[in-house]
Amino acid sequence: MPDRNTLLRVEHLRKVYESANGDVEAIGDISFTMRSGELVCIVGPSGCGKTTLLKCLAGLLRPTSGLVEMDGQPVTGPSPAMAVVFQEYGRSLYPWLTVRGNVELPLRHKRLSRAARDKLVTDAIDAVGLAHAARSHPWQLSGGMQQRVAIARAIAYQPEVLIMDEPFAAVDAQTRADLEDLVRELHTTRGISVLFVTHDIDESVYLGERVLVLSASPTWVQEDLAVDLPVERDQIGTRALPRFTELRTHVYDQIQRAKRGQTVAP
Amino acid sequence: MTVHTDRIAQRSRGRGLGRRVVASLLYSLGLPFLLLVVWGLTATSSTNRFFPGPLTILEAFRETWIGPAFVDDVLPSLYRLALGIAASIVIGVAVGTLIGLFHWLRELLEPLLEFFRAIPPPVLIPVMMLLLGITDTMKVVVIVSGAVWPILLNTIDGVRATDSVMSETADSFQITWWERLRFLVLPAASPRIMTGVRQGLSVALILMVISEMFASSAGLGYRIAYFQRNYLIAEMWSGILLLGLVGVLLAATFGVVERRVLRWYHGIREVNRA
Repeated sequence: MPDRNTLLRVEHLRKVYESANGDVEAIGDISFTMRSGELVCIVGPSGCGKTTLLKCLAGLLRPTSGLVEMDGQPVTGPSPAMAVVFQEYGRSLYPWLTVRGNVELPLRHKRLSRAARDKLVTDAIDAVGLAHAARSHPWQLSGGMQQRVAIARAIAYQPEVLIMDEPFAAVDAQTRADLEDLVRELHTTRGISVLFVTHDIDESVYLGERVLVLSASPTWVQEDLAVDLPVERDQIGTRALPRFTELRTHVYDQIQRAKRGQTVAP
Repeated sequence: MTVHTDRIAQRSRGRGLGRRVVASLLYSLGLPFLLLVVWGLTATSSTNRFFPGPLTILEAFRETWIGPAFVDDVLPSLYRLALGIAASIVIGVAVGTLIGLFHWLRELLEPLLEFFRAIPPPVLIPVMMLLLGITDTMKVVVIVSGAVWPILLNTIDGVRATDSVMSETADSFQITWWERLRFLVLPAASPRIMTGVRQGLSVALILMVISEMFASSAGLGYRIAYFQRNYLIAEMWSGILLLGLVGVLLAATFGVVERRVLRWYHGIREVNRA
């Protein structure tokens, strides 16, 4: 019996890619649950099938077996309850639309009044700090700003969970810190549930309330770690805490073990 | 001393801009003007009556085309040209989009398309004359039968090449079929479509003239053929001049439309170059 707060439930998810040279088992057996309002980071060694997992969760890929449940309903395709922020912002935003047009596009088929739609769009663009750039085109903006547009588009869609696939892997370190704080802020002030996939160990500990450490492929959840850092986090203070260092060292060790294959599947 | 050189540098920069404008004007107009002069000189010294001088042709141009011939011959030609281009674009983009979107349709039609594309459109004129009579429709059909191919094939390629991440974005936000077409597939294919249209325009102009030379009692192509048969050489040349002007006008109009439609595309290229 799942408790009422369970938002996302993944059970024995398995994904095998069939190819001419033999089948490739990308995901072995992944199970976890996520409660409403949580910020969960998924971290794992490179090539462990993070993106595959995320696409299965978002309904963009059909798992070979297993179950993904959102609000108790099985996920069989893309759902209005989820919005995805892709890593490749340059290919995810439509260059022929303005920032506003991009944020507005997914709302067109929602039955909203013109005024309600405008309000959602304006509110989302304000929330990511791009009010001044609403009429620009994405290619006129820096990489970090483009990823903000993608985040605005996702939150204007009003999903129950924001799924982010290594969203900051392609931006520089300073921009990355700003964007991390933006995600924390959206999470704490708006109560948005976030599932954040990353290969950056520090990022996963800094952002998450929970960190799921994945094993090497074929993947399972090697550890489900609660991050007991204060809710208020900042780039300098939080990263200097001894507990932060302990956690990141722990996750780092786990990933090293995963890479060496020194762990045993449950 | 530094201030002094600075000022000089600035002044020469200002003068440099003026000089660049004059230079680019000289470059673009210089060669045509030079050719005209050479032409004029050779024509006056030549006794060949098929080779009149530019002034004679300009005179013939004024007398032939400014007046009733404009309404009787030029406008109908331009009307058929416009109709043919419009139909080619509509058919090419609509059919091309469908073929590009559906894999099975592409496999079904590909051999057929290759065959029809290989037929030189002028050979269709006798057939069309039998089927449709000597009508405007026949001439428009001939124009379309040639101009539609580059648009169709480029649209197919453009639609097929829709970026996978952009498609996944549309999937994940459950964008409807029409929105996908309007906001993703067509804009993404638009650079290719415009390339096709540019190629289609020149084909359309050629076929407009040819369709009128075969069987017609009016039109630019008919007039030029008529002048040639009746040894009205200066008038014939003036018709060719007019055709050239129509071509230049067509290209200029296309340029304006293309810059508007593909503003984002040129914008990205500029950003990438910087």
